[in-house]
Amino acid sequence: MNAPLQSVDSRRAGALLEVRNLQKFYGAARTWFSRRQYPVQAVDDVSFDVARGETLSLVGESGCGKTTTAKSVLRLIEPTAGSVRLDGEEVTGLGREEMRQRRRDLQIIFQDPYASLNPRMTAGDIVAEPMRNFSLDGLTSEKARSERVKWLFSKVGLRAEAMKKYPYEFSGGQRQRLGIARALALSPKLIVCDEPVSALDVSVQAQVINLLMDLQAEFGVAYLFVAHDLAVVRHISHRVAVMYLGKIVEIADRDTLFSSPRHPYTEILLSAVPAPTPGKRAERRVMSGDPPSPANPPTGCRFHPRCPLAAPVCRQVSPSLTPRSDAVGAKTAHFVACHVR
Amino acid sequence: MSNVAFAVSPSAPEAGRDEPHSDACASLEDLGEKHRLRALKWRWLRKHPTLIVGVLVLAVVTLVSVGAPWIATHDPQAIDPLARLQAPSAEHFFGTDAMGRDVFSRAVWGGRVSLLVALTVAVLATGFGVLLGLVASFVRWADSLIMRVMDGLMAMPDILLAIALMAITTADLRTVVFAITVPQIPRVVRLVRSLALSLREQLFVEAAHAVGTRLPSILWRHVLPNLLAPLAVQATFIAAAAVLVEAGLSFLGAGIPPQVASWGNMMADGRNFVVMAFHIILYPGLLLAATVLGINLVGDGLRDALDPRLARQL
Repeated sequence: MNAPLQSVDSRRAGALLEVRNLQKFYGAARTWFSRRQYPVQAVDDVSFDVARGETLSLVGESGCGKTTTAKSVLRLIEPTAGSVRLDGEEVTGLGREEMRQRRRDLQIIFQDPYASLNPRMTAGDIVAEPMRNFSLDGLTSEKARSERVKWLFSKVGLRAEAMKKYPYEFSGGQRQRLGIARALALSPKLIVCDEPVSALDVSVQAQVINLLMDLQAEFGVAYLFVAHDLAVVRHISHRVAVMYLGKIVEIADRDTLFSSPRHPYTEILLSAVPAPTPGKRAERRVMSGDPPSPANPPTGCRFHPRCPLAAPVCRQVSPSLTPRSDAVGAKTAHFVACHVR
Repeated sequence: MSNVAFAVSPSAPEAGRDEPHSDACASLEDLGEKHRLRALKWRWLRKHPTLIVGVLVLAVVTLVSVGAPWIATHDPQAIDPLARLQAPSAEHFFGTDAMGRDVFSRAVWGGRVSLLVALTVAVLATGFGVLLGLVASFVRWADSLIMRVMDGLMAMPDILLAIALMAITTADLRTVVFAITVPQIPRVVRLVRSLALSLREQLFVEAAHAVGTRLPSILWRHVLPNLLAPLAVQATFIAAAAVLVEAGLSFLGAGIPPQVASWGNMMADGRNFVVMAFHIILYPGLLLAATVLGINLVGDGLRDALDPRLARQL
């Protein structure tokens, strides 16, 4: 597992975020009265990098561990094992106050724009809260913070008068803009976007996605973008990682992944994207069965029971993420975890 | 509805004077907004008649108690052996008791004790309850410790626990308040803990954690404000319970010292003379019932008014 990743390391030296062998098991504890439980392996041995100013998308079906991975990076979920480095500094294992300080560089936009805003605080207070938590230069006074809130509101396309309103007075899209303003308040280096548009109307989704891209262009912030909508992912990402049952099965540049996917799961996933013109869709591949339980994952490759290409080796050996060669034979940044392809 | 228009007009010249000329339009809009808000408030009040009735009853009792020195016609402690067990008359509105004391004056002064006890017990029990409830819900190891102690307190009836506490102290107002407060705390702790446990899982609390908010600020800014409505309701019910328990304690002779007039004391004194002087026990009893009813009406009204969902939960 380590060998190929070291090559990732050397290729992307100075990546902003380096996640190595991240693991999150739920329910491994044994209590006095219950039998030993098999832990749910929500995330198992996940490694990836995010470069400065880059958008890496995590895609996969429901329950594959995308959100757990994203929240583990922020330690909103405490990972079971593995390392998360931001700017070369280890984030896991930091004490409470050190971690709190680290959060200035590491922010999140939540999926649900309704539940993620305190109904009893005004919009201005919500966006000012991150700044109140840290005594930042030039933002110690109420007035300076209020100025910055006004500026942030203009950046995310909200009127300054909206500062005095309460969350229930906003629409879903406007609330998500508030969430974005709050995440931007501390000028973070990385924002984890946990399905930020999946709760919004389609017409509003595009506006919010474009806003996120504009903000990235202006501030150079990197996104770890969790999504299941492949059209959105294709629009916003620089690179894409595909997850299946707690593991990354393929990482590649967006164009490579969408034009020449290697992993059978990625192929099937991409074939599920609706075509813009009816009848124009290429052959649709349908997987049989449901995803297996992460509490008792299949041996070997986790995808083998549903894989059309499964070979005997897939049942026994878990494939590792290895780089694929291009036409000339040089190693590329296209990593696939598959014995067959 | 007439006082809606009345209420708005005084602010009109003020708004015109304070605002710069260019903002005249804005201030007019403001005025419309104020008018709308007042109309809304009025409608809101009319939709909650229990709240109005409760507040009115409590207001009367409060005014009478606060104004006791001016309203009372006699010294509540003055004994007059010649005027024992007199029926209500122009001289003694509620008659006199077995020692010739004026029942009306004693009832008026006794209201002070009841309201004081109600208020302090409600505030203290809510305060300590919030503190313990928040600790129980956010500090994991303290949870089972605090909750088992609370379960233990709840296992005993309020009045018995209060009597037991009174038995180990001397009788004065402070110890009575203490003895009544302690049995009420577990109810608040349970309410706060259960609400806080669900609040801490709310996404906006996780969001606050993510933007680097420290635990005390999370409690203060995010948890407490969302607890206020159910707490206000709970506090009124505690106040009502406190009035009853205080009267019960005094009636049993375990509460307020006998020389201080309180509704419970008066009823205890009168119980031997129920047959010949029913009025001694009647008037304090009626006042007690009215006060408790008033507080409960306010509590019910608040509950419905503040959160319609809560009305179905409780």
